[in-house]
Amino acid sequence: MNPYNYLYVSGLLFTIGAVGVVVRRNAIVVFMCVELMLNAANLAFVTFSRINGTLDGQVTAFFTMVVAACEVVVGLAIIVTIYRSRRSASVDDASLLKR
Amino acid sequence: MSTSSSLVYLIALPLFGAAALLLGGRRTDKWGHFLATAMSASAFGVGLYQLSQMLARPTEERAVTQKLFSWIAVGNFNIDAALLLDQLSICFVLLITGVGTLIHIYSISYMAHDENRRRFFAYLNLFIAAMLLLVLGNSYLNLYVGWEGVGLASYLLIGFWNQKPAYATASKKAFVMNRVGDMGLSFAIMIAFATLGTTTFAGIADVAPRASEGALTAIGIMLVVAAAGKSAQFPLQAWLGDAMAGPTPVSALIHAATMVTAGVYLIVRSHFIFDLAPTAQLVVVIVGAITLIFGALIGTAKDDIKKALAASTMSQIGYMILAAGLGPVGYAFAIMHLLTHGFFKASMFLGAGSVMHGMNDEVNMRKFGNLRKFMPITFVTFGFGYLAIIGVPPFAGFYSKDAIIETAFNAGGLKGILLGGAALLGAAITAFYMSRVMILTFTSKARWDDEAHPHESPALMWVPIAILSFGSIASGFLFTRGHALVNWLEPIVGGHEGNHEEFLAPMVVSALALTAVAIGVAIALMKYQFADVAPVAPVDVSALTRLVRNDLGQDAFNEAVFMRPGIALTELAQKADESVVDGAVRGVGRLATGSGSVLRRSQTGFARSYAAFILIGAVILIAGIWVVTQ
Amino acid sequence: MIIQTPEAVMFWFLAPVAVIAALGMLLVKKAVHSALLLAWVMITLAIFYIAQDALFLGIVQIVVYTGAVMMLFLFILMLVGVDSSDSLKETIPGLRPIAITAALGFGGLLTSLIGRATIGHPAIGLTEANSTGNVQSLAQLLFSDFVWPFEVVSALLITAALGAMVLAHHQRTVERPTQRESSIARFRTGSLSSAAGLPGPGVFARHNAVDVPALLPDGSPAPTSISATLKARGDMLESAPFQLDVVDTTVVEEK
Repeated sequence: MNPYNYLYVSGLLFTIGAVGVVVRRNAIVVFMCVELMLNAANLAFVTFSRINGTLDGQVTAFFTMVVAACEVVVGLAIIVTIYRSRRSASVDDASLLKR
Repeated sequence: MSTSSSLVYLIALPLFGAAALLLGGRRTDKWGHFLATAMSASAFGVGLYQLSQMLARPTEERAVTQKLFSWIAVGNFNIDAALLLDQLSICFVLLITGVGTLIHIYSISYMAHDENRRRFFAYLNLFIAAMLLLVLGNSYLNLYVGWEGVGLASYLLIGFWNQKPAYATASKKAFVMNRVGDMGLSFAIMIAFATLGTTTFAGIADVAPRASEGALTAIGIMLVVAAAGKSAQFPLQAWLGDAMAGPTPVSALIHAATMVTAGVYLIVRSHFIFDLAPTAQLVVVIVGAITLIFGALIGTAKDDIKKALAASTMSQIGYMILAAGLGPVGYAFAIMHLLTHGFFKASMFLGAGSVMHGMNDEVNMRKFGNLRKFMPITFVTFGFGYLAIIGVPPFAGFYSKDAIIETAFNAGGLKGILLGGAALLGAAITAFYMSRVMILTFTSKARWDDEAHPHESPALMWVPIAILSFGSIASGFLFTRGHALVNWLEPIVGGHEGNHEEFLAPMVVSALALTAVAIGVAIALMKYQFADVAPVAPVDVSALTRLVRNDLGQDAFNEAVFMRPGIALTELAQKADESVVDGAVRGVGRLATGSGSVLRRSQTGFARSYAAFILIGAVILIAGIWVVTQ
Repeated sequence: MIIQTPEAVMFWFLAPVAVIAALGMLLVKKAVHSALLLAWVMITLAIFYIAQDALFLGIVQIVVYTGAVMMLFLFILMLVGVDSSDSLKETIPGLRPIAITAALGFGGLLTSLIGRATIGHPAIGLTEANSTGNVQSLAQLLFSDFVWPFEVVSALLITAALGAMVLAHHQRTVERPTQRESSIARFRTGSLSSAAGLPGPGVFARHNAVDVPALLPDGSPAPTSISATLKARGDMLESAPFQLDVVDTTVVEEK
């Protein structure tokens, strides 16, 4: 086997995450799917790093992790705020954009 | 030309008074009128000082200037805000500040019971400042600022009692008709700048002889329009009668003595243009001749004492305009009549105010009569003004009006006969209607209501009238003694040299004029003194009387020719605006909303459907990459 | 580069498990289960990282993701209601088929592209790059070439922390009721039953577990004594079996 197989896993995980964002309604689950997509991207970076023989990919994955952590903090705070005012964690309930 | 640093005080003092009174608010209620009067009087003082300085200098160095600041400096277009005081301006400065101060004093008493007296005095001071700027400006642009300023002050003062809708309408009418004239002045300035490249009086006088006659004629005719608007001359005369809605001191100061004569000043000041544009000059005399007859005719039918005096003002300014249109020989006489008229008409207006003061603000002369017993001082002073205006020697009007009639006859040929005849006819009608005013008010049988208690006015009111009526006795004699005024103005407006042969001898003209006056007075005596006068105007009168009572149809004419077509045009424009312009605008809006409501269907508001769109976009993107990397 | 057998075994064992766990996360009803499955996927990825000579990232993955981020997720889940189980029925018509079609197309194209891009490109491996140790080499990169992004990202972290505080801050619109006020409110409202405190679960019942309702003095069960979460999950027990059959209402005088 060769390292490229990791890339296929990464692609699959990313696709699953993308589908989850579209089909799930619970905001927290949607958010977890976003995290899954980020993780899949990270796996791809680490694999690229190995394939190219430099550590740049790993540094990028490191930055991605930091940004993802920030995103989680703010995103969850938003979910809590919405939940507090609407008593619901469903993304469909926050559909005031159309009006 | 020498300079003087004190010219600015002439304008700054009354302007300061106006600003202090308007900004000071009710705090200045108690002493504001004294401040305003003091400011006007000190401006008069500055004027006297300037006169003494001017007399001390030789003739050719009498004019002084003062540059205030550089107003507009764009490339080679430089306008300074600068003042010019010469032999012509000083006459006006003294008339404005002198008569103005007397009227301020008169108003202290006349307006004593008005709760807005402070505002009234602020406007009066504003008017004095604007009028002084008008006569002191050294260029047409500076003059224009003052010209608009007096228009504003006139508007504010006519509508001073604007709680009455009719008065507010009168002020609006005056403002709108003045605006027509102001357009003329601004066009004149524009043409002058475009063709002559300058707007200062000195500059234009310098280059005018080299300019084309067409341009000068255009400027001249525009100046006539301006003068007609400001001086209530035909065909812009209709506002003056309604302007009597303002308080009587205003009528005396603005609508008799000073502002309405600004047109005469403008024409005399622009002599260097009119001397070179005979067509424009012809227009001037025609306007003057028509107005002097027109105003006199209107005066015969007015029962309102102030409106009768307003009609006579219109007619007298017609004389001045006529004289100013007769060229160098007439300018000095125009100014002379202007000054004497300033005295006697102001004194008569103030006298009329005094009568109203004693008669519960009644203005209908048919409700007066026999007031000479109750108001002896007013009667005597009004009588002096009366004798002056109909031209009885040795009162002031005789000298000035006689000179104009004589000059008109001397214009030569058919023109001279026509103009002289018109002036003579005007004199006769003037004698008739002024006698009518005099008889109806003072000498005929008493016709007032029971509740009227006529009484003489307080000293604060009759003393200014007395001073003014002294002017109406003596000024004509003083001005003509040894051709004093003519010689005084000669460096400015040109002399009498080249005087052509006389059409009629001066004595003959005087005799004719006096005969005309006698006829007029005699008719008036027969109709009003020796016959009973109805307290209510008779209704079954001839068509001519009805026409004259309707101001010779001036309002009907304006409404039919300008107002209704104007309204129709406005309505048409509004419809076009609604259907075409608004239609296009709304069409764009409808297009946007229509396409928006179609596109809106794709916007469900669900975040997940947007995510699906992103996913589809990503698929398309990656498919693109797939295709291009193949 | 040919991968040695142990890693291949690990890969072929863990990769399908990770994909199945991810699919499970997508399909299970309860958010808590999703979170646990996601945590498993992340641990798998950490193992993958370590296997690919990215020791540092593997440790960070476990500490940051499975340690911090997933705990945060679970914490928020508890906060907004662990009891709410998602209905998997689609409410927006046509969305699910579109999503699945798009996902299939996306996955297919991606796989095809990866395959096309990797043919004839042998992997180099990190043996040389990691010669001074993975952490040391990463540190050298981070603090030399990537020092500017590193600082920017640190600023981003601080901003995010502040943002979370601002968002979570709850501003009172009414004054906090004092003890006195809340006491008055309790006695003024409705029945006196609310005046006394709620009974704890299991009070007077024959069983004192948290899922058994208390019995009121007249022997009837008090459903309000059970936590709302337990009730919503359907974990509340019937109180009838534990009820007293006969309530002795005779008053015994205290001597």
